[in-house]
Amino acid sequence: MTMKKDYLRPVDFKHGRIDMTHGAGGRAAAQLIDELFAHAFDNEFLHQGHDGALLPFPAQGRLVMATDGHVISPLFFPGGDIGCLSVHGTVNDVAMSGAKPLYLSASFIIEEGFALADLKRIVESMAAAAREAGVPIVTGDTKVVEKGKGDGVFICTTGVGVASEGLCIDGRQARVGDVILVSGTLGEHGVAVMSLRESLEFETAIESDTAALHTLVQAMLQALPDPTALHVLRDPTRGGLATTLNEIARQSQVGMVIDEAAIPVLPQVEAACELLGLDPLYVANEGKLIALCAPEVVDTLLVAMRAHPLGHGAQRIGVVTQDPNCFVQMNTRFGGRRVVDWLSGEQLPRIC
Amino acid sequence: MKYIDEFRDGDSARHIAANIAAEVRPDTSYSFMEFCGGHTHAISRYGISGMLPANVRMIHGPGCPVCVLPIGRVDLAIRLVMERGVMLCTYGDPMRVPASEGLSLIKAKARGADVRMVYSAADALDLAERHPDREVVFFAIGFETTTPPTALVIRDAKARAVNNFSVLCCHVLTPSAITHILESAEVRQFGTVPIDGFIGPAHVSIIIGSQPYEHFAEEYRKPVVITGFEPLDVMQGILMLVRQVNEGRAVVENEFSRVVTPKGNLAAQKRVSQVFELRESFEWRGLGEVPYSALKIRPAYAAWDAERKFDLHYASVPDHKQCECGAILRGVKRPADCKLFGTVCMPESPMGSCMVSNEGACAAHYSYGRFRDIAVVSA
Repeated sequence: MTMKKDYLRPVDFKHGRIDMTHGAGGRAAAQLIDELFAHAFDNEFLHQGHDGALLPFPAQGRLVMATDGHVISPLFFPGGDIGCLSVHGTVNDVAMSGAKPLYLSASFIIEEGFALADLKRIVESMAAAAREAGVPIVTGDTKVVEKGKGDGVFICTTGVGVASEGLCIDGRQARVGDVILVSGTLGEHGVAVMSLRESLEFETAIESDTAALHTLVQAMLQALPDPTALHVLRDPTRGGLATTLNEIARQSQVGMVIDEAAIPVLPQVEAACELLGLDPLYVANEGKLIALCAPEVVDTLLVAMRAHPLGHGAQRIGVVTQDPNCFVQMNTRFGGRRVVDWLSGEQLPRIC
Repeated sequence: MKYIDEFRDGDSARHIAANIAAEVRPDTSYSFMEFCGGHTHAISRYGISGMLPANVRMIHGPGCPVCVLPIGRVDLAIRLVMERGVMLCTYGDPMRVPASEGLSLIKAKARGADVRMVYSAADALDLAERHPDREVVFFAIGFETTTPPTALVIRDAKARAVNNFSVLCCHVLTPSAITHILESAEVRQFGTVPIDGFIGPAHVSIIIGSQPYEHFAEEYRKPVVITGFEPLDVMQGILMLVRQVNEGRAVVENEFSRVVTPKGNLAAQKRVSQVFELRESFEWRGLGEVPYSALKIRPAYAAWDAERKFDLHYASVPDHKQCECGAILRGVKRPADCKLFGTVCMPESPMGSCMVSNEGACAAHYSYGRFRDIAVVSA
């Protein structure tokens, strides 16, 4: 007697939708993982097929780990989608301590009824972003929640990286006299997402700046004879430049004075913000960094940043001052001076 | 954007600042009230106070629509959404105005109330048409600038027979508030609030024109300069007020002539008067009951008036005892004079309405200007 060959009807990525069985751990779940996730993310560690990935330990340096939940709405926006964003966001969080990102994990929480075509698009975008960044997604998880209990898909990613011994880059290291640099124009991500919001749709050519910044960070570190002259790196995501600078000022117990005229903002972003009553200083970025460094290395760093495609718009925007109140102040283009405060309330919902 | 940048140009600002400094008389003090929250915001955001001579003082007026919204009015909205189960649509700012029992619309939303933030009154009407099974109420607030769009949606709702839509009307009028301030004991009798002139409303004046202010200039001998919201407008407006004071003149001048005409937008005024009529009295936060200072919906549109439809009755609720919003809105006190300012009352957790909107005197001062209260090492 001959056995019939196992036949599995392929997942219908054209018209299919996520149902509860995709999260039940049965055959449907296994098939989705094989045909979609494992296929797209494909790498030697994922091939191990364990619950956890066994990874080679870096020979030297310190481990850096960061995690980020992505709940953005809408899932697709000009310049990107939740997939590539979830890779960039975590790669950047790891990179902001000066580390080289090595591995990522991804956990998906998917709402029942979510179109498989959209899921496929998101996963493929994520895979492409991970490949481009050179950081493999080595382990993952999928869960399905009942309709109405999620918002399409949420993606949590965790990243592990390695930082050289001796590097000391964190939010507590800002010193009086340090110079504040920004890697490029601000506000594109927030405005791009906002342009799709219900009741607010407007046509724009503005695209999200979402990008992985670790190669820019490595280029900056390599340019410095003594990398300890780089004190703080931060990506100004939610809350924008203003909130990020306030966080650093509080952590380091210093003040800051920035110059509005030096802060790069695209004219179309400025125009959109003007119409919507937003301040570009508070609008989110996903592909920009802020660097605080010793004054003597400013020129070296700016040259290195501007030579990198993600830093060609780098500018010096201000200095760190002594201030027990930890105020971030700004000389306005107009000629006055004001506080640049923490974001209060929210400017827009679920942008990352 | 070029258009906007020209009104924010630093070189021109320094030029006007130098003119103001040259023209003020050292022995004279100049106190000007900017009525509108938009001006308060511009003054704080661009650091204009720091560019004025020490004897030119700006007094923030009551022209911030959410600041003057009394607790009792927000309570009406909260009751509608929590007890009557309506879908309540509102502009963003009223969401955080503190109401009774520690509630606000945003807190009511967290408790499951259906509160929707909209960008325009038309969005609220749209929601009503898309949800015919729900009662949709638009919480309409604001001065003359936001009144015409509310008039339009009420007219449209009637024309399209959208019977599940109604408006909780809290629209207020600028001229009556200015009269109220000028008639107040602090200005007339005690002189505790010296007002030497007004920076007149910008957007409000586009609708009502410059004529309604002529009465103040004549009757109360106060110069009024209608001024745009851009920082250069404000600087120029201040310079024009300084000149009127120096020359002993008190007339209405129009700095914002690129959009404000003597008669205003007649088409908008007509729409407003078709739908609204004067309210005999309306409570303002900080000013109390002010006669004929607000609008109500005409009987012809009663079916779209939430107060009639849901039989709502206004009850006045006193502010927090230590909250100085009232005195701040009348120009009697400054934000930093309030014990709650920057301690328990913060933009994240406002106790008083002036801390809610970025047009509010307290929020503007907290967010942009509070470093002036403390000696700061400058860079």
